[in-house]
Amino acid sequence: MAGTLMALLFYLAVLVFAGGLLYRIAGYARTPAPLKIPTTPAPTTRSGVVLRMAREVLLFESLFKANLWIWGFGILFHFGLALVLARHLRYFTEPVWGWVDLVQPFGIYAGFAMALGLAGLWARRLFVQRIRYISTPSDHLMLVLLLAIALSGLSMKFIDHPDVVAVKRFFEGWLQLSFQPFPDSALLVLHLSCVALLLLIFPFSKLLHAPGVFFSPTRNQVDNPREHRHLSSWAAARYEGEGPRG
Amino acid sequence: MAETVVAPPLRVIPIIPELKPDAMKDVRSFVANEKIQTAIGFPGQLVDDWHDRAIGKMGELLEKYRSLKVYMDACVHCGACSDKCHYFIGTQDPKNMPVARQDLMRSVYRRYFTVAGKLFPKLVGARDLTRDVLDEWYTYFNQCSECRRCSVFCPYGIDTAEVTMAAREILDSVGYGQKYTNEIIGKVHSIGNNLGLPAPALIDTLQGLEEDVKEDTGVDVRFPIDVQGAEVLLITPSADFFAEPHIDSLIGYAKVFHAAGISWTLSSKASEAGNFGLFIGNYDQLRKIALRIREVALELGVKRIIVGECGHAWRVAYSFWNTLTGIGAGADDPFALQLQRQLDGRYRQPTHICEFTWDLIERGALRFDKSANDPYVVTFHDSCNVARGSRMGDLMGGQFEIPRNIIRAVANHFVEMADHTTREKTFCCGGGGGLLTDDLIDLRVKGALPRMEALQEVAQSHGVNFMATICAICKAQFSKVLPYYNFDRRVVGGVHQLVSNAILLGPTQ
Repeated sequence: MAGTLMALLFYLAVLVFAGGLLYRIAGYARTPAPLKIPTTPAPTTRSGVVLRMAREVLLFESLFKANLWIWGFGILFHFGLALVLARHLRYFTEPVWGWVDLVQPFGIYAGFAMALGLAGLWARRLFVQRIRYISTPSDHLMLVLLLAIALSGLSMKFIDHPDVVAVKRFFEGWLQLSFQPFPDSALLVLHLSCVALLLLIFPFSKLLHAPGVFFSPTRNQVDNPREHRHLSSWAAARYEGEGPRG
Repeated sequence: MAETVVAPPLRVIPIIPELKPDAMKDVRSFVANEKIQTAIGFPGQLVDDWHDRAIGKMGELLEKYRSLKVYMDACVHCGACSDKCHYFIGTQDPKNMPVARQDLMRSVYRRYFTVAGKLFPKLVGARDLTRDVLDEWYTYFNQCSECRRCSVFCPYGIDTAEVTMAAREILDSVGYGQKYTNEIIGKVHSIGNNLGLPAPALIDTLQGLEEDVKEDTGVDVRFPIDVQGAEVLLITPSADFFAEPHIDSLIGYAKVFHAAGISWTLSSKASEAGNFGLFIGNYDQLRKIALRIREVALELGVKRIIVGECGHAWRVAYSFWNTLTGIGAGADDPFALQLQRQLDGRYRQPTHICEFTWDLIERGALRFDKSANDPYVVTFHDSCNVARGSRMGDLMGGQFEIPRNIIRAVANHFVEMADHTTREKTFCCGGGGGLLTDDLIDLRVKGALPRMEALQEVAQSHGVNFMATICAICKAQFSKVLPYYNFDRRVVGGVHQLVSNAILLGPTQ
C-alpha cells in the first residue's frame, strides 16, 4: 500500500516537474528579446558567450564578484547537491555506471557540504538585516525543505539504515511501471515525500532560476550590435511597410 | 530646497549601512501634467480603470520582453545585489536595494500571473495592485537611475533597469508619468533637443564659439551646422552647446576635426544625442527619437555618424541604433540597406567620439602639448551606460581603455580611483536615468555618495583635482552635487576638454 502510494506520488511529481518545466522553458524561449542588452564588457562571439555562460553556471562568476559568503555557501550547496544526485543514480541503474562508482565515496562528504551550505544560507537569511528584509516565508520554507531532504538522507546513512537493496528494487520497478514493496522506514518516507514535494513546486517557484539563467539576455547575448542587426519578430511586424524614413 | 539637503557623511570604512525603512518614501519626483502626457501619446491623468489597464500592460510586456519574463521568475532573494546600489548606500532606504525595488513589481507579478501567488499570496510575498502600491511604484521606480550596476553582480544577470523601465512604461500607460523625463521627450519632438534650444539660438551659439576659439588660439576652428555633403554627422547632447563644463568638450571635438582635416556638421533638426525614450522603457519613443538621426543622415548625405560625450546616448547609439534605425551593418532588409549603402562601411557606424579621436592619435595624426594639462591631476569616472551597456573599439572592455588612453595621451598626471568603483563596477553619478531634476536633489546628493568617497580618497592621496567623464548627465550632476561634498564644481569635466587644452592646431613645425 505504502509502495503504491509512493510510486503514484512520484509519477505525479515527475510529471508535474517535467511538464511544468518544459512549459516554462517554452515560454522563455518563445518570448523575444527585442533589444541588445548584454551587461558589458560582454563576449563578442557566440563561443565567448558559451564560455561566459559556463563560468556563470559552473562557477557562479557574478556571485563571486558580489559576495564571498553567499558564493561560498551557494557553491557548497549546489556542488554538494550535484554529487549527491550522481550518487543516487545507483538506485536507478543496473549495472551501476562506472563513473557513479567513482564518485560514490565523495557522495557522503557532499551530503554534509550540501547541508552546511544550506545552513549557512539560512543563517544569512535569518541574521543579516538586509537579507532578512527581502525574505518571504517561502524563502525560509524552501531552505527548510531542502535541509529536511539533506538531513533525512544523511540520517539514513549514519543513524537508521533502510534496506537499500529494497529501495533499489522499488525504484527499478517504478521505472518499469511495476509496483514493488516499499521498505519499512519512516526516514525514507520523509526523505522521499520531501523530494516529491520539491519536484512538485519546482516549476511554480524561484527554483526557476535554474532554467532562467540560460535565458537571461544580459548574459546570453553576443555583444555585436553594430555588426549584426538584431530585430525582434514583434518589432519587425509593428513597423513593417513604413517608408525608409520611418 | 537646496538649504535643507545635506550630503551624508563620507564613510571612513565603507561598511554596508544599516537599513532605514521608508527613509525616502516622501521623495517623489513631480508627476507629469496633462499637457506633457498627451503631447507624447499617454493618458493625461490617472485613468479610472488604471488597475485593469496596468495589469493588462504588464501582461503585454511579459509577452514582449524576455528580460522581464525571466527576471520576474528567476530571483531567489540571495541578496548579492542588496548592497550594490548607490541610492541604497546613500539613502539606506531598503526599497532602494535592487532586489527590493524589483520586488515592488515582482510581488504584483506573483499575485496576478503565477499559480503560487494566486493561491498563497502571503506565503510567496504576493500582493494586490492597490493605489498605495501604484504610488510606491511611482516613488521608487523614480529613484532608480537604470545604471545596471546590480546586473553585474546578480548570478542570473537580473537587470533592475529592465524592471524599472517596464514599471515606468506601465505607469505612463495609465497616465502616471514623470514630469522631467516626459517633458523632455516632448521637447525633443517639438524643438529638436532636450534643452529646448531653437535652431536660430543654436546657430548663434556656434558662431559665438567660433569667435571665442579664434580669440583663444588664433585659429579658425569651424562649428558647422546643416552642411550638405559633409563627411561626418556629429550627434551630441544639447548640453554641449551651452552648459558648463560640457561646452569645453564640444570645443575639443571641433579642434580634433579641424586638426584631422575632416569635414563635419551638426544638425539643427537632430541637435540631441540623448534619447530619454530609453528611460521610460517605451520602444516607440526610443525608436521615434532615434529615427530623427536616420532622417538627417539621409538628408545631409553624410558618410559617417559620430556620437559626442553622452552616456545613455552612446548606449542607445551603440546597442540600439542598428535595431531601431538601421545605422550599423549586417542587415538585409530594404529599410536598413538604404542607409547602409550611403554610410562608409570602412568605419564603425556609429562611432564614439573617443574611438574617433583615439584612432587619430594612434595613427599619429594629432599633436599635443601635454604640459597644458599639468595643472591637473586627472582621474576618470566611468559612466554607467558606457561601462555596462556599450563598447568601444574591437575588444571587450574597449569602453574602459580608449578614454583612458586618450587622457594619458593628452595629460601627464593620471590616477585611478578604487577598483570597486571603476570600470564595470563603476558607480552611477546619481543623476542618470531621468532623475537629473531639481525635485530629486535630495536623492541626487545622497546617490553621489559612493563616487564622492572614491574621489575624496584620491584627492587626499594623490591630489586629484580633475575628474574626467564622457557623459552630459554625469557632468551636470557632478557640477551640481560636488559643492555639497566640499569640492569645487569645476572638478568635473570632459575627456575632450583635456584634449582641447593640449591639442596643437598650427602647422607642423
